[in-house]
Amino acid sequence: MTANSIEMPSATAAERVAVTSAEGGTPGSQWVIVTRNIRREYDMGGEVVRALRGIDLAIVRNEYVAIMGPSGSGKSTLMNLVGCLDTPTGGEYWLNGTLVSKMSDDQLARVRNKEIGFVFQTFNLLPRATALHNVELPLVYAGVSGQERQRRAKEALARVQLADRMDHRPNELSGGQRQRVAIARALVNRPSILLADEPTGNLDSTTSEEIMKVFEELAGQGQTVIMVTHEPDIAAHARRVVVLRDGLVSSDETQDEFAARHALV
Amino acid sequence: MPFIEAIRLALNQLRVQKLKSFFTLLGVTISVMFLIAVVSIVEGMNHYVEVDFAGKFLGVNTFTLRRFPQIEGDVTEDEWRAWQRRPYVTLDDAAALQEVLPADARWSLASSGWENASSAYNDGGVQVIAEATSASYFTIKDLGIKEGRAFTEEEDVAGLPVIVIGTEIADAYFPNLDPIGRELRVKRFPFRVIGVIEKQGTVFGLSLDRQVIAPFHSQMGRLTSQRTSVGSIIVQAPAAASFHGIQELVREAIRNRHRLRPSQPDDFALESSESALTQWETIHKYLVLAGMVLPAIGLVVGAIVIMNIMLVAVSERTVEIGIRKSLGARRRDILSQFLVESATLSVVGAILGVGLGIALAELVAAVSPLPAHVALWSIALSVGIGGGVGIVAGAYPAGRASRLDPILAMRAE
Repeated sequence: MTANSIEMPSATAAERVAVTSAEGGTPGSQWVIVTRNIRREYDMGGEVVRALRGIDLAIVRNEYVAIMGPSGSGKSTLMNLVGCLDTPTGGEYWLNGTLVSKMSDDQLARVRNKEIGFVFQTFNLLPRATALHNVELPLVYAGVSGQERQRRAKEALARVQLADRMDHRPNELSGGQRQRVAIARALVNRPSILLADEPTGNLDSTTSEEIMKVFEELAGQGQTVIMVTHEPDIAAHARRVVVLRDGLVSSDETQDEFAARHALV
Repeated sequence: MPFIEAIRLALNQLRVQKLKSFFTLLGVTISVMFLIAVVSIVEGMNHYVEVDFAGKFLGVNTFTLRRFPQIEGDVTEDEWRAWQRRPYVTLDDAAALQEVLPADARWSLASSGWENASSAYNDGGVQVIAEATSASYFTIKDLGIKEGRAFTEEEDVAGLPVIVIGTEIADAYFPNLDPIGRELRVKRFPFRVIGVIEKQGTVFGLSLDRQVIAPFHSQMGRLTSQRTSVGSIIVQAPAAASFHGIQELVREAIRNRHRLRPSQPDDFALESSESALTQWETIHKYLVLAGMVLPAIGLVVGAIVIMNIMLVAVSERTVEIGIRKSLGARRRDILSQFLVESATLSVVGAILGVGLGIALAELVAAVSPLPAHVALWSIALSVGIGGGVGIVAGAYPAGRASRLDPILAMRAE
């Protein structure tokens, strides 16, 4: 199946502005992510660093979005906030109709477990655990029983064509295979968002294409995918590209607009 | 995270890092080993004193009138000399006791000494504990007769040369023979064997199966005591309730006979299993205390080692903790993971210590006269202590791990 043939859901710019400016209001059910004037400041020994200076971002279910920007633009900070690994200094963050910006550590852990599947640049697999056990981990923290856990983990590994590698440890797998284990782990708890941070940063270009194909397929099957990258040709795979600069959104374009601007057809 | 999962993880960690785990556990293992060994030996001694020594050697509800104590720790030169000036216990004393003792109390004369013996089948070599007693002695000491019979009061009064012998003596002087009806000579006096006593075992290395018992009024009495004196008179109260009353009756009777004024101390000894046991109780308490306090010091050291190792484990596995948190582990999941890990580590150490401790106790029991009796409570206590030490030692490192920030933790290398 080619993902491009499917009509991708999206929202108009006006709808996005409407939902991000309705301060305090619960967004409609089609919105997976809504941030309203979200800010994040760090206190670096008395000097305040403003990493995010007020981001409005609205993403509907089933969108495939790339967040781009040079280093220091705040894209990692935004990704940490969207992934509920961090809380904003100011502003609102609504995930699936729930205000998560004011949650405690343990509440955020529940949200990460249920709603978010992470794929990291450095894979972040447990080195001493097998592929299968790595994929089982989110289910362990979700309290899923042993048998059900194994069944679902095997299913997730099969989805990324690694059914025959489930007893291998990360050091017995290639980079591309490791990243696919990480993708299986991200998907195993059926999250609302697949959140990828530079997913191809440690891979060669052939393997990168392979991984991007996996993402495209998942997006085609209806998975919401958000990908943070600094490479325009990777970002060009997404249906929508949001570019950050100095802690603010500098552009928010469709795939075609972005490709045209970067002459990447 | 489910408990079983955490234990599995901890055991896995142990398996992967065998050498490190071994050194980590050493403190707990050695402490528990000594705890188990010391407690086992002390309990063994306790069992021994209470059952074998107090029960078999001294008898139940029984006290013994002697010239001076047989069982006494330190005796000064002066005390010893004073004892030597004391009057002997005599047959007249026994007659006086007969007057004052209630009808249901038993008593027996008892004199004893080591003597050479011989038979037609063995002309000597094994010494016997020669005892001259009354017929009631067998009842008081609860001596079972394996073959034949004990002697009767009539045989004692008549002074017949009959003898009841221990199993060791039966084997030594009548090898592969039925000793009943055969002759055993003690010193040079012939006795006819009429019974064999059931196996009694040893008390403090002394084999009770080497005793031979003949009527006091036979030649045996003259062999074991001088003229009209008696080594001791054993009195058994019919019940524990009347024990003290009877003991005081005897004390008064003997004091009167020795014409002692109220201010003068006794010039004789009344020994009972109770007086021996009181001494032992005190020693026992200190031994148990020492057996617990010394390992406790070791456990503190063991706990500090485990805490250090867990701190190292937390910093080595910072990235892992970050990954787990990013996947949805809550503080309490991480906390319990590390607590269970250190508790499991420590319990495994304790279990190893229990095994080694039992082995050590058995070894000591095998190569020395000290008995060993592994107390179940000490095993339960050790495993409990192991878990406790692990949790206490793991609390601080686990707390640190649980509070790590997931972003910073994942970035740590």
